[in-house]
This record gives sequence, structure tokens and C-alpha cells, in this order.
Amino acid sequence: MSAIVIRQGLVVGEHASAVADVLIVDGRIAEVAATIDAPSDAHEVDARDCWVGPGFVDLHTHLREPGREAAESIESGARAGALGGYCALVAMPNTEPALDNVALVSYVLERGARTPLDIAVAGAITKDRRGEMLAPMAEMAALGVRLFTDDGIGVQDPSVMRRALRYAKPLGVRLAQHCEDEQLAAEGTMNEGALSGRLGLIGRPALAEELMVMRDIELVRLTNAPLHFLHLSTGRSVQLVLAARDEGLPVTFEVAPHHFTLDESACASYDPMFKVHPPLRSPRDVTALREALSAGLVDAVATDHAPHAPELKDLVFDEAPAGMLGLEHAAALTFEALGAPDDPRTFFQVLSRGPARIAQLRSVDARVRHSAHGAAMVSGEDANVTVFDPGSRWRVDRHSLASRSMNTPYDGRAMVGRVRATIAQGRLVVDQGLLR
Amino acid sequence: MIESIRGRGLLSLDDLSKGAIVEVLDTAESFVEVNRRSIKKVPALKGRVVASLFFEESTRTRLSFETAAKRLSADVLSLAVASSSVKKGESLRDTIATIDALGIDAVVLRHRSSGAALQVSRYVPHVRVINGGDGQHQHPTQGLLDAFTIRQVLSERHATTGLESGASLFEGLRILIVGDIRHSRVARSDVAAYATLGAEVRLCAPGTLLPEDVATWPAAVADDFDEALAWADVVGLLRLQSERGSGAFVASLSEFTFSHGLTVERARLLKPDALIMHPGPMNRGVEIDSRVVDSSLAVVERQVSNGVPIRMAVLYLCVAGSAEGQV
Repeated sequence: MSAIVIRQGLVVGEHASAVADVLIVDGRIAEVAATIDAPSDAHEVDARDCWVGPGFVDLHTHLREPGREAAESIESGARAGALGGYCALVAMPNTEPALDNVALVSYVLERGARTPLDIAVAGAITKDRRGEMLAPMAEMAALGVRLFTDDGIGVQDPSVMRRALRYAKPLGVRLAQHCEDEQLAAEGTMNEGALSGRLGLIGRPALAEELMVMRDIELVRLTNAPLHFLHLSTGRSVQLVLAARDEGLPVTFEVAPHHFTLDESACASYDPMFKVHPPLRSPRDVTALREALSAGLVDAVATDHAPHAPELKDLVFDEAPAGMLGLEHAAALTFEALGAPDDPRTFFQVLSRGPARIAQLRSVDARVRHSAHGAAMVSGEDANVTVFDPGSRWRVDRHSLASRSMNTPYDGRAMVGRVRATIAQGRLVVDQGLLR
Repeated sequence: MIESIRGRGLLSLDDLSKGAIVEVLDTAESFVEVNRRSIKKVPALKGRVVASLFFEESTRTRLSFETAAKRLSADVLSLAVASSSVKKGESLRDTIATIDALGIDAVVLRHRSSGAALQVSRYVPHVRVINGGDGQHQHPTQGLLDAFTIRQVLSERHATTGLESGASLFEGLRILIVGDIRHSRVARSDVAAYATLGAEVRLCAPGTLLPEDVATWPAAVADDFDEALAWADVVGLLRLQSERGSGAFVASLSEFTFSHGLTVERARLLKPDALIMHPGPMNRGVEIDSRVVDSSLAVVERQVSNGVPIRMAVLYLCVAGSAEGQV
């Protein structure tokens, strides 16, 4: 028997929070009570002044394995995730080769099972993510894949996307779209606007994203198949999806921390650390995203953690690959964007409950072996728990990240709020802010 | 706002004050005289090393910079690489580090990527970096030599000297820039220089060749080319950059000539003393008719010869000068 007791944290319920002890025995929450007489060999986690809630779930992690292990591996990504408070990661399929068949999906699931975290896989919608032929989604779904995307690029051809939605619906899986019309985004490297013009950089217009959002909303209306919008970056995109959701269409969306904490002005340095797709947008878009987040309208915060080897991020702006790290600072940035709130519910909603529901990580489907995530903090639940210290102050240092890569745009930035402990699938993986 | 390029580099004209620009123009005046001597050399940068790194094809800018450096008695390290792509092997950072290890005082950089000069200035903060043209961003020495050429011609007409006139001849001067503005680093530098010096600038181009951010430029857009030609004191033409993809922005070269080429007929609309400028290389018969190039209004050759004194001035100020408050 192994036991962990989390002492005197603010235990975050869906409707109310209260200071309590949480006892975890053999991977499950055994008891939540004001004070608990824990077994003498129980590992004690001091959670005074901390929030104790369901473990974070990242819908959008590029683990780079197989193919680009110099940038990240499943193992190193899982360590970075654990430090960031994540108990489950959804691995994106734009590996080399792409995760578009059962052999590769099985490989990632198997490597993932060797890490303490729950590594889920998003399969590719189309073969080799080319946007032409459908990938074998039914076979991958049988392995437990619940999310499909060609992320890195959107499915450009509307007839292929329509077919994919129709195909996915009876499988009970959800498609996720990277919304950018490549014809419009073309060779663009940053947000199109006055600044891109002044800097002489080709723009990726907001329109490229918004047009595909509009198109896909109509395809969802046609097919009634669920669709998740990845990393929405403009105020208008969010508005469109919220309106569709209000109409009752089965749409969800995520926002990424870099899109609500950084704006395009960062690109004025031509530092490729700030190059990402969709690009960092205008201050007005940043404000719109923050407002949606604070109003509790956002389904999920997802990192779009995109490691790149240092030599690739050290090129001229237009030659460097797009993407930035996210796992290790997403929680602090979300906390910051929420305005350092006293009430922890929205925070855990967007980092845990919302994404767990979208990834279907609480599925009762017997074929799915995932631990239940996004749980209520009650006895009987699988112990996926994150202890977050909202008072902790720290500074990002790119050299001391667990990720294999260093391409964080936040190097040197002062942060408030840090993950103190992560208990993933019943195991204490991070304690006192450090990997065990 | 940068008040002087002394002891600094030169990356962009966007953030240069009027005083900083006039200082370069005034410094160049003295080097014009050097270039007329039989022995065209001064010892100003003797013992200094200037690296000339051209990662994009260029003949005139490179020759002009290297000539300028040599006339200042600097040693010149010259590297011309057709492609800078990472696929070719070495990264820009590594190339710069290698050159820097040889011991250099300044780098003149031409690169196909916008921002490359700024990035290099971060890699080697102790070296003066002079932007010889970066992507679609800036080509500051071209902007300076264009302004210098205008001031030179106008001061001759007003029987004064460039030095005496300062920036006064630019007050209210009407300058029209025509053509592929969207893809042009020259247009960005020219407009910055002209507007800062006090000129009134208009832009004229097919809708697709205007930059997306044109509303934020310190210039107005002229829809009617013929009307704008009659308005202008100076007409600056730009190369139609088919190599940068502008081909897809107009129906054909002849369509461009039809709507925005400076033909012989259109040239008749110009004021009798208007100046016609082109940064080169020209597409004769596309943006400008050969007969117009060879007319008395065109100052294209002056632009080329002024390239040397302007680049001497920039190198001299950046390398020999030391900024106030800077060691």
C-alpha cells in the first residue's frame, strides 16, 4: 500500500472550495476531509496556501517522437509536463513520420506508458497530414484515440474536411482543426498589420484563420459532427465559435498561453523565439482572449508546446521554424491572465476539466485505458491531482527547463504561481516543485 | 529616435532623426570632393577592418560599399555567398562568428531575410553593423544617397551648397514614389528619409503592389498616376521585383507598363524641371522607357556616383565616430 496525504490545501470543487486534507491510497482518492489521520508511512505534501485540484490535461503537446528526438522525446516531454502540473498530455501527430496509422500510434502509446503521465494520442485526419486521403481513423479509434487533427496545418480542402467530419461522427471521436487558410497565410511569418509592413516581414492575416473558422462552423452545421478549434488567436475567431456554441453546435475551442500573454510587438526584435503559427496577434486580440478567459467562456487552455532544437531557432526570422515551449509555464501564465484570482475554479476548469472532457479522458469505453481525468476531488476518483501555489514567485530560465529544447519566449520573465506537486495516476511525480 | 549614427551601426532609417540624416548628408559632401581627386584616398579608417558580407546577389551596392571602404583606407574582407539558407550548411550566426574571429570593426550586410542586420548586431554587439539591404525591410544607404542626390541637384539650382541648405530644400518638396512599393526595401527607406526631412510624399502603384500597412506610412496614396506626375517635383521609380513574386501581383509586365510605366507620353506630363530617379537595376521598357532614362530629367547616374561618398560617410561616422556617453 502506498499513501500520500496532501495537507491543508484549498481543495477545489466544481462548485465550492474548502481547506481540507486529501488522502490518496493505491492510486485513488481515499478520503477528503478537514483533517485526516493518515497512515504513518504516508508521504506528506504540505499544501498550505496552495490550491489542490484535478490534474492538468494538455490537449496540444508536440512530443516530437518519433522523428525529431533532438528537440523533445516522449520521456522529456512528460517530465516537462509533470513540472507544469500536467497529468495527461495529448501528443500531436505531426511527427516524422506522422501518426496516421495504428503502428505509430501504438508506438507512442507504449512509450507513453513508460512515463508517469497519461500520454494520449491525437491521430492524423489524413494520410501523412497531406489533406488528401483519410487516415484509418476507425483503426486508430479502436486503440483509444479520441482526437484527430492534421495540426501544424489545417485540412485545406473543404470536401476532404466534410468527408472527415462525416466519417468521424459515428466513431464517437472528435476532429480538431488548425485553422489557417494556407493560400492566404502563404509565406507569412508574423501577424499581418502595420508592424509586419514596417518590419518587411510577410504577414499571416487574421483573415486566414477566421475564414477557416467560418467554413468549419458551417461544415459542423452540415454534419453535426463535433469539432474542436485549436489555438484560436483572434478576438473574431473566438466570437464566431462562441456564437456557434450558443446555437447548440458541437464545437469547442482552446486558446494558448502565448496568444493571451504576448502580442505581435515581440516580433519587432526579429527574434525567432516569437515566431509561431498562428502568429502572435494584435494587443486588441490579446485583450479579447483574456476577456473570454476571465468570463469563463474558454473551453480549454492548451499549450501548443512546440520544442525546436536550438540551432533551428537561431536562424533568420523567415527561415526559423514556428513554435514555442509551453508546458512548464502555462499554469503561471493562465493564472496571470485570469488576474491572479482568489477563486480557483475557472483556473482548474480551463486547465483540467474542460480539456479532459474534450479529449474524452473520462470515457467509459473499455477500450480506452486512460485514467479518469478532470475529476471531482472526491473519494473513489483516480488520483490525478495538481497542487498549485498561487503565491510562489519565480523566474523562467531557459537553461533549467526539463524540456530538451530551450525555445521559450519567456526567458527571464517573472512569474507568479507555480506547481508545487503533481500526482499522476496515483504517483507523486513532482514534489516541492521538483521532479522526484 | 537616434540623433546620430556616430559610433553606432545603421540598420534602418525609420528611427533616425532629421539631424542624424543631415549629419550623414553633410559628411558625404566632403567625401564628394575626395572622389574628384586624382588620388581618391583618405586615411580616415586606416587599420580598421570592414567585412562586406553579401548573402544576396548585388553588384552595385557591393562595389559601392567596398570602394567606399577602400577610399577610407580600411581593409576589406569580402564574402559573397549566393545562398544563406541553412540547407547550405552554415548558419548566419556561425558565419558571423567566423568573420568576427578574424578581427573586424564593421560589417556591411546584405541578406534576403528581413531583420538579418538587426540579428547580426545582436550576435556581435561590439561590431558596427551597416545594413546593406535586408529582405523587404530597409536599404538605408540607398535612402540616404537618394536624399543626397535630391539635395545636390536642388542646391545647384538654387546656387547654394548642400551644406548651407541643410534640410531646407526638402520643406514642402513633392516626391512621388511609383511602382512595386510592397516588395521594396528602397521604398521603405526612401519614404522614411524624405518624410523625416520634411518632404510631402505620395505613393502610386497598382492596388496589389501597395503595402498592406500603407495607411500607417507618412505618405498619401495617389490613385491617378497622370495627375500625380503633374504634381511631383521628384519622381522615384522602383524596380518591379519579379524575383520577389511581384509577377503574381500584376497581370503582365505590359499591363504594368500600361498602368504605371513612365512612358515617353507620360513623361510629358512632368514639370519641366522635375527629377526622375531609379535605384537600379532598371527594367528598361517596363517601369521606365529607355528614352526617359536617357533624358535630361533623369539623375540615375548621379545616384550611382553618390553611393560612394554616402557610404564613405556612413562608414566613417559609424566606425571612426564615437557616440556621446559611449566608450
